[in-house]
Amino acid sequence: MLGRRVQPSPFTESKDNMATTYEKIATTTLGTSATTITFSSIAASYTDLRLVIVQVGTYQDLQIRLNGDTGTNYSMTEIDGNGTAVASSRQTSVAQYDCSGGTAGTSGTSFPLFSTIDFFSYAGSTYKTMLSTKSLDMNGSGTTVRTVGLWRNTAAITSILLLLNNADNVGTTATIYGILKA
Amino acid sequence: MATYTLISSNVLSSTAASVTFSAIPATYTDLVLRYSARCDAAVTERLAYIELNATASGISETYLMGDGASATSARATSQPFIGYLRVPGTSGTASTFSSGEFYIPSYTVSQNKPMSVFDVTERNNATAYILAEAVLWSNSAAITQIKFGLDGSGSLVSGSSFYLYGI
Repeated sequence: MLGRRVQPSPFTESKDNMATTYEKIATTTLGTSATTITFSSIAASYTDLRLVIVQVGTYQDLQIRLNGDTGTNYSMTEIDGNGTAVASSRQTSVAQYDCSGGTAGTSGTSFPLFSTIDFFSYAGSTYKTMLSTKSLDMNGSGTTVRTVGLWRNTAAITSILLLLNNADNVGTTATIYGILKA
Repeated sequence: MATYTLISSNVLSSTAASVTFSAIPATYTDLVLRYSARCDAAVTERLAYIELNATASGISETYLMGDGASATSARATSQPFIGYLRVPGTSGTASTFSSGEFYIPSYTVSQNKPMSVFDVTERNNATAYILAEAVLWSNSAAITQIKFGLDGSGSLVSGSSFYLYGI
């Protein structure tokens, strides 16, 4: 499997007086196609994490595994609208957090898929909750999705594996932010 | 490093037909507009819009909306503006403002641009709305201007606030 592993960049101390509450931990833009992106060695020094990803390619899809856990410890509930109808679904005891409900993207760079995933209290000792947005409009079709996910694990999140499920995605960009004192 | 930076804000001290942020620098990765708005039109809610780069073209959108009783989804193509936003007017509950977030990732990248809108109203007595919207702007230009306006008569009232952040 092709993949891209991203290490956090060193912090740069702010030289102004603006409060430091939203920090970029790491970012990657795919220069060659890859079916995965991994953010690893995530420090526990934030309150929450936010992932922002813009995907291109012929089948834009997104699933997530945390800390390398391939067990069936994930579940989700989603609501989506496809421009004509509203639907809701869930998955229980699955091996990844699926935040790509609704229609999949199908058309290269013309119609990028925009997703955000918030990881709340990711360094705490309770099960981890995630909230995702998926925004995909393809000028005549598309989907709007909101998904809540659960990872039944009490460990701090230290790595995030993005399963992109397509391999013609040069230009896909993913950035992970840390939020302080939220 | 502060990566969530206020580019500009506009908190209205008098009525205004619209609010425009122009000459947006290309120095950030993403843009976020957060707003709270009310208008003086004699309606319960006035539809509002967002326009990009004064182009009035290239917008398509797919939305999911709930009104407290049911949920619907619809789409529009070849639109001049990002629509379906709602701003409370004078016929509705007093002193209520809409709240919204408009997120544009990779706003300088030379490709069509996906975006999202989350827009809500709440009135404690009748139908209100929660709107989640996927937007595509079929234009490869960097975004340098964002305009928020009303889709009809009336003006945004004092206290309406608009904050544009760069990430």
